[in-house]
Amino acid sequence: MNELGSRGGVFDGYDADGFFCEMFGTATDPALYAEPIRARLAQMNLASLRRRARDAERELYNLGITFTVYSESDAIDRILPFDVIPRIISRDDWARIEAGVIQRVRAINLFLADVYGPQRILNDGVVPRDLILGNNQYQPLMHDVRPVHGTFAHICGIDIVRDERGAFMVLEDNARTPSGVSYVIENRHMMLRAFSDLLDNTQIRRVSDYGLRLAASLAETAPNAAAEPQIVLMSPGVYNSAYFEHVFLAREMGVPLVEGRDLVVDHDIVYMKTTAGLERVDVIYRRVSDDFIDPEAFDKTSMLGVRGLMRAYAAGNVSLVNAIGNGVADDKATYAYMPRIIRYYLGEDAVLPNVETHICRDAAGLAYTLDHLAELVVKPVGESGGYGITVGPQASADELAACRDRINENPANYISQPLVRLSVCPTLTATGVAPRHVDLRPFAVTGRDTWVLPGGLSRVALREGSYVVNSSQGGGSKDTWVLE
Amino acid sequence: MSNLLARFAENAFWIARYMERAEDLARILDVNETFARESTGAADWQPIVYLNSDEKRFFEKHGAATAEAVLHYYVLDDDNPSSIRSAVRAARDNARSLRHLISTEMWRQLNVFYERLTRLGPPDIEVSNLAKLCTNIKEACQTHAGITDGTLLHDEAWLFYNIGKYIERADQTTRLLDIKFQYLRAPAGDERFLDMSQWNALLQSVAGYHAFVRVHPHGIRTEDVAAFLLTNLDFPRSVALCVETVDGLVGDLHNNFGLKLDRRIARALTDLAAGLDERNIGEIMRTGVHEFIDRVQLQLGILSKEMHRGFFASH
Repeated sequence: MNELGSRGGVFDGYDADGFFCEMFGTATDPALYAEPIRARLAQMNLASLRRRARDAERELYNLGITFTVYSESDAIDRILPFDVIPRIISRDDWARIEAGVIQRVRAINLFLADVYGPQRILNDGVVPRDLILGNNQYQPLMHDVRPVHGTFAHICGIDIVRDERGAFMVLEDNARTPSGVSYVIENRHMMLRAFSDLLDNTQIRRVSDYGLRLAASLAETAPNAAAEPQIVLMSPGVYNSAYFEHVFLAREMGVPLVEGRDLVVDHDIVYMKTTAGLERVDVIYRRVSDDFIDPEAFDKTSMLGVRGLMRAYAAGNVSLVNAIGNGVADDKATYAYMPRIIRYYLGEDAVLPNVETHICRDAAGLAYTLDHLAELVVKPVGESGGYGITVGPQASADELAACRDRINENPANYISQPLVRLSVCPTLTATGVAPRHVDLRPFAVTGRDTWVLPGGLSRVALREGSYVVNSSQGGGSKDTWVLE
Repeated sequence: MSNLLARFAENAFWIARYMERAEDLARILDVNETFARESTGAADWQPIVYLNSDEKRFFEKHGAATAEAVLHYYVLDDDNPSSIRSAVRAARDNARSLRHLISTEMWRQLNVFYERLTRLGPPDIEVSNLAKLCTNIKEACQTHAGITDGTLLHDEAWLFYNIGKYIERADQTTRLLDIKFQYLRAPAGDERFLDMSQWNALLQSVAGYHAFVRVHPHGIRTEDVAAFLLTNLDFPRSVALCVETVDGLVGDLHNNFGLKLDRRIARALTDLAAGLDERNIGEIMRTGVHEFIDRVQLQLGILSKEMHRGFFASH
């Protein structure tokens, strides 16, 4: 039982049950790189782990590293559940992930510049024209905009999973306003406090300079050659569930955390309202979605946006981060074409493969999906947050029937994929340390070039056997350690 | 560096005002229980209601100003905007909008403090537990002040924070003095040893009793108490010192951050300072403390309004 070493202590009786384990690897491919950390963890007892976990969660709550859940009468601050056992990534694995993410982000940016420009890829028939032009995320106004350095997806989160053989693959691209990076850094702070002894003599890649890197990249995208461009972070406000992350990003970059009401556009120039009057704004990292960003251009009823922002953007007087209309690139249907998109623009194979995807808008994809419903995971193309997903192998007959009806009603809204038997990581549970499924969302920041934050957000499905890691569906997070 | 967002200036101003208000209210409740009792044997809670001009709203809810009703109304009542819990919630709400500018420690303390207040229930505000509760609240407010002093960058936000703090403190001191003066008409004769407990309570509530005695070791005279709280430039909670401090901070807004000062702000400050000159105390006593305080409060109100008009309002 101890062929992998250090399976005693808190790992006593731990069994990954045939899944790839991020802490132990597999019997034939053991994770030797994790041995020192494993050995130190194994020596800790369960009571100590639990105490530290409790303290850490209490501290996250006190620090307000929370999201707010609103009911009719109350606002309740909740923390994202934090698991204290870190997820380890070897240096070699990270090199591969990093290269794959950079490649993907390059392709996404070239794709967006093309789609909102000459549309070569559509003319050449590599991606179906109506898939893009008929997509409700497609924004014709973007044809008037030339983002600096051709960068549309400045901040990208690429969701990566690992199958039972340990192979990494991309499950989803997030090129609109991906969230979660604040937890990566705050989880690390928490681990350094709660488990300083675990990190003794272990070299892991640091994550604390994210804010400075981000600010530098954003400054590179300033439209005018201002020596010190005014950057702001634009939030929907304190009632947004990701408000903590907005606070975090503004704080780490040292820039004002503004709302739409703090900004005004005059003669196509964006200003913020200060104590000394109006001051010009050059770069807006906006965490307000496309629809709500400018009531003049999009949703007329939006109270969160700034009237005239799109005019200022098209005039080249302000940089919006991320660009508008990126949804055509990270849509789950476009995702299926990503390997072809990468080959088209870069002449390379994807470093990180896709999960095989059947597009229900295609007759063949629809037929395959309906024939194999009980084996497949069905996802709506436009949703995020894990909503609307049917996991075939875990669904009841009624759920499958309902899923079938929904697909038949609107095939174009669905894709299907085989169930990836996601890797697991030892996780502290009510009954001891047990395997739970994880994914990984690395964050890429692009100004002139792309930089990837080492590691990323490891989300963990805390319910036994669950494959859904989203926080809205009972997911938590772990600190992610990339070894030097 | 760019100037502070107008909205953040307002947030900073109000964090300080609400925290100062919470602290002052805790002082008043504490002292009312501890010292007002001495003279009559039973604490009279009604003045607290008048102190905050809440009589209308209070008596809509409660039949009489009993200890239980007043303490509930001023400590726990979420519907009463001037309760301690509401004040701290408002401070926290303002701080939430300013979280990226203030220190993590500042936010954490405020967050934990508010969380503690939300867990308080009726047993915590029983008269027998009140002194302990008020001490805890005062200390939490002072911890807030200490963390702020030790961690907040001395930029524009700091100036607005402190302007808010001292305007509120001046206002609270005048209210306290005013209510006591309305209830305690100065008795005739040698007043130095009459009704000491009331003056004692007043001074205790601003933690100024021992300071006062050091300055006036020969007994408590009405005029001296009024002067100590209004015109003394050494006592931290005197109106004159607060106004002088605000004057300096407002000057820094102009000198260090280039903000334009409206004439009305300068005039309100000049008028306040002139009225609070310690040589005026005889005049103040002759024309009436209540009338004088009315004027001071009016000017503090103008000052607050002009801060809003000049710096917080959207341009």
